[in-house]
Amino acid sequence: MRDPLSQVIGTIKPSGIRKFFDIASERKDTISLGVGEPDFDTPWHIRDEGIFSLEKGRTFYTSNSGLIELRTEICNYYDRRFKVSYDPKKETIITVGGSEAIDIAFRAMLDPGDEVIIPQPSYVSYEPCAILAGAKPVIIELKNEDEFRLTPEELEEAITDKTKILVLPYPNNPTGAIMEEADLVKIAKICVERDIFVLSDEIYAELSYKGDHVTVASLPGMRERTIVINGFSKAYAMTGWRLGYAMGPAKIIEQMTKIHQFAIMCAPTTSQYAAVEALKNGDDDVKMMRTSYDQRRKFLMNAFAEMGLPCFEPFGAFYVFPDIREFNMTSEEFAFALLDAKKLAVVPGTAFGDCGEGFLRISYAYSIEKLRIAMERISDFIEDLRNKK
Amino acid sequence: MNSDVRKEILGYIERNARVDLKEVAVCLGLTEVDVANELSAMESEGIICGYHTLIDWEKVTEERIHALIEVKVTPKRDKGFDDVAERIYKYPEVQSTYLISGGFDLLVFMEGKTLREISTFVSQKLSTLDSVLSTTTHFILHKYKDYGVIFNKKKEDERMIMTP
Repeated sequence: MRDPLSQVIGTIKPSGIRKFFDIASERKDTISLGVGEPDFDTPWHIRDEGIFSLEKGRTFYTSNSGLIELRTEICNYYDRRFKVSYDPKKETIITVGGSEAIDIAFRAMLDPGDEVIIPQPSYVSYEPCAILAGAKPVIIELKNEDEFRLTPEELEEAITDKTKILVLPYPNNPTGAIMEEADLVKIAKICVERDIFVLSDEIYAELSYKGDHVTVASLPGMRERTIVINGFSKAYAMTGWRLGYAMGPAKIIEQMTKIHQFAIMCAPTTSQYAAVEALKNGDDDVKMMRTSYDQRRKFLMNAFAEMGLPCFEPFGAFYVFPDIREFNMTSEEFAFALLDAKKLAVVPGTAFGDCGEGFLRISYAYSIEKLRIAMERISDFIEDLRNKK
Repeated sequence: MNSDVRKEILGYIERNARVDLKEVAVCLGLTEVDVANELSAMESEGIICGYHTLIDWEKVTEERIHALIEVKVTPKRDKGFDDVAERIYKYPEVQSTYLISGGFDLLVFMEGKTLREISTFVSQKLSTLDSVLSTTTHFILHKYKDYGVIFNKKKEDERMIMTP
């Protein structure tokens, strides 16, 4: 029999989290800080709107791009929060999570041979999506001493004649790093000079703890070369609703809509009606959740300081990325040993790129009570390690 | 200390009065001394009026009956509703007393061990007050939610143990 698989799919590694997940799931009494989604329920008024739409029998396809009412609310929201305006009719598309938007943006923009610059550690899907679009991923290994921000020097060095897209994954999963306006200005200047497009994944934009998030699209010369990706999962605790969106130049959005039309048809209708409610009346919910995450963030930073575990202070998302290099173990070895000894599951930094080696991703999408127990366990664990030395 | 800090502290302890000083301080980016000082200041200023425990008494074998009583009264010259309200809220079995807009004047929550205890209180104490025109007593059959807490719904974490 012929090989049923494509040649390209074999070159893509399975997600590094998978192996760990399988093992951790079997252990009883394990506390996990490994989850990449909010611990809050979707606010009730949003869920209620979803239920109401079902009761009204709104169970049909929407237009390919999504409900115009939702696209309009999204554009109002970006204008109000991040000071960049888009046309809901031609420059906006509703997708199945931010993940779909990444995929179709790449497929609409990349040809074989094109290069996509991906700063890592970062979310797991940029690299495989770029490969599946036929392009070549070029990895920038971000550094702890830069607080995992992308520097202009690193970017200059990675650019070649074939560079087409730069991925800007900020606020960042897994590091919690952000890019402030001053950082972005330097990056934007290079992108304009070198004629590079930017895919700005802003799914954690609302979870910024050092002033408001700045979108690169709001900088001079960037609107016409940026695809902004965002969604409802993190800000409104709506991961299971699978709803995201992309905004950008009409020329690109039009072609992304074409792929979306053939592959997906439209994003889930119930979720779209619920999302309209989220944008209209959800500001207070977002604020409440952000305040709560910020408190937990401070709680963890204090716990690490007390146990002497180095960790730069992250100002975004709901992750911290402590440095475990002093223990001379790989991230995986450390994470497995921690799971064995203290029944605490965290994600090895290497799940998000090779340069995550020596680091752990710890999520604070958990109650303070849980975090407190987890910090006691990790503190005991590293004390044991240090005593052994 | 500015009022924002006070609001932050109050927001943090409103749902969990037992939280320790250190946690409040760490999570709000304050010092423990600041938090302790603000708490005692707010206690003496009467901003913080008490630290209570929220109990679902239905789960405890001891019988307790709760009632909600609508009271219509005649306000007094110069004193308005305050006088009659005071005469009502001074009874220890009265848990809360609110002045209400709409079809009646005072809303009284009370607690008793038996139905009879409550009906006796209403007919002999409350109704006989000079200013009281009429009362309507509603017995509470079941509490679903109190002070923002839903009873009987312990939620498990249903998220997968690890996701990217």
